[in-house]
Amino acid sequence: MAAELSTLRTRLTDLLGDRMVGIEESLGELTVVVKAAGMLDTLTRLRDTAGFDQLIDLCGVDYSTFGNGDWQGKRFAAVYHLLSVAHNVRLRVRIFAEADDFPLLESVTGIWPSANWYEREAFDLYGTVFIGHPDLRRLLTDYVFVGNPFRKDFPLSGHVEMRYDPEQQRVVYQPVTVEPREATPRIVREENYGCN
Amino acid sequence: MAEIKNYTMNFGPQHPAAHGVLRLVLELDGEVVVRADPHIGLLHRATEKLAEHKTFLQALPYMDRLDYVSMMCNEHAYVMAVEKLAGIEVPVRAQYIRVMYDEITRVLNHLLWLGAVGIDLGAMTMFFYTFRDREDLVDCYEAVSGARMHAAYYRPGGVYRDLPDSMPQYQASKIHSAAAVKQMNGNRQGSLLDFLEDFTNRFPKHIDEFETLLTDNRIWKQRTVGIGVVSPERALALGFTGPMLRGSGIEWDLRKKQPYEVYDRLDFDIPVGVKGDCYDRYLIRVEEMRQSTRIIKQCIEWLRNNPGPVMATGNKFAPPRREALKQNMEELIHHFKLFTEGMHVPAGEVYSAVEHPKGEFGIYLVSDGANKPYRMKIRAPGFAHLSSLDEMSRGHMIADVVALIGTQDIVFGEVDR
Repeated sequence: MAAELSTLRTRLTDLLGDRMVGIEESLGELTVVVKAAGMLDTLTRLRDTAGFDQLIDLCGVDYSTFGNGDWQGKRFAAVYHLLSVAHNVRLRVRIFAEADDFPLLESVTGIWPSANWYEREAFDLYGTVFIGHPDLRRLLTDYVFVGNPFRKDFPLSGHVEMRYDPEQQRVVYQPVTVEPREATPRIVREENYGCN
Repeated sequence: MAEIKNYTMNFGPQHPAAHGVLRLVLELDGEVVVRADPHIGLLHRATEKLAEHKTFLQALPYMDRLDYVSMMCNEHAYVMAVEKLAGIEVPVRAQYIRVMYDEITRVLNHLLWLGAVGIDLGAMTMFFYTFRDREDLVDCYEAVSGARMHAAYYRPGGVYRDLPDSMPQYQASKIHSAAAVKQMNGNRQGSLLDFLEDFTNRFPKHIDEFETLLTDNRIWKQRTVGIGVVSPERALALGFTGPMLRGSGIEWDLRKKQPYEVYDRLDFDIPVGVKGDCYDRYLIRVEEMRQSTRIIKQCIEWLRNNPGPVMATGNKFAPPRREALKQNMEELIHHFKLFTEGMHVPAGEVYSAVEHPKGEFGIYLVSDGANKPYRMKIRAPGFAHLSSLDEMSRGHMIADVVALIGTQDIVFGEVDR
């Protein structure tokens, strides 16, 4: 497996050239970071030349609070998990969106049709817009939902809650009455904490 | 002559054949589907976001509630992700227990699927037959974890505890006399493994019974043969995995191709379809139940002869032993820290996938070294399958949509997450 990965690594370095920003191998998995510019061409090459015929997963990531909030890079990324059934190998591709305030990427529905709903989901939850998507609508949230719930600045309890109002005899939305609460604080410890 | 136009019909969200809360907007030309637009998200609970606010251990029970008919397989993908990232070595006995329970879960899932799809397509009896066998397997869940559905039995580092030496017993009641209860408890006198072995001996005959009812049944074949044919190329492009992909003739099973735990030591076969229609997918799932029974038998044999630990050692990820906890200050502190602050998983990212009864179930975990996941993405097989419903149902009748949803094996806990 490890030998296959290093072969793949050399092949990808040749194949992608300067489109590639970084390549990393850890825990038996290969991750490439590629530029958003020309991403369709890059991914088509991965499918046609490298043989990644299946898009297993596509998800958005919001890096704004990564670590202790000292993340320097771009805020939004899309992570593509590719699988080659023929070669029995997996690859992770990460593409950062250029603008933090309006993340924009190109749609890969033309390359892998399974991307359709995954891109709708990432659009819904992170607000990443995929240019060229045939039908970019919200997928998981309610029909009248406002905001992108999986962004790190969106509170866990949300902004509005829904209840039945007996006076108006209908369901109404109102600001949340839940107090935000964190039972276990989030801590990043120094390396080798407690190991001495 | 009146002009005939397409009309739109709303299917669900409350419909028994929708297998949960699926709202399907169907554009119809007469009775033929022109376009199907599934509206999902009615069961969206933001599991991934919730997990970002819980410690690694607290996020585990959410996994049961994703695909709530194959609970332990979901847990398996999650604990494997955490173990891979943290570099935890799992004892072999725990791996065998996990594989055995994965296969029990696969049978549980396929039994529920067979019963529900039977009802959808007019074979009412199937439900009673399959639930008779499900009952025994759910008892195995109960014996080992105390819960019949949401077990939370797997842990990063192993399983919560070793297999029990006794099975829960039926008690006499107004409905069952003492003599009846004695008979019902007949196969429950030994350990869990004895009970399971008894089950694996009788279950293949029960599968034959299911097949007698359906496999050559004319009505069943009329409803499934040639319905929803997907070519192998299309199946790959649409992101199919599991029985859906194998139904289209592609031999792909993570248990064989990328073996995890002890699957490479076990002997089993992978059924592959020919035509890629609903009938092939039905045959594959039935055969998978037989193969799972084979795997369970091998696991029972191994587990009987090889006692040992079922949880990793090392205080950073596994709780200390109870006796040590009562006698030793250091162990007490470790226990306290593990269950309050939680484990710190090293920074990095990992994708771990298991062959779930429905397909490839994967967990993509990003950690920044904190006591909580930074980002967790659940790759649910049903999500990709349902997204292809539009393409699969075009040109079929409304009644076939029911067969399609049925053989896609949709469960909304995992589609909506």
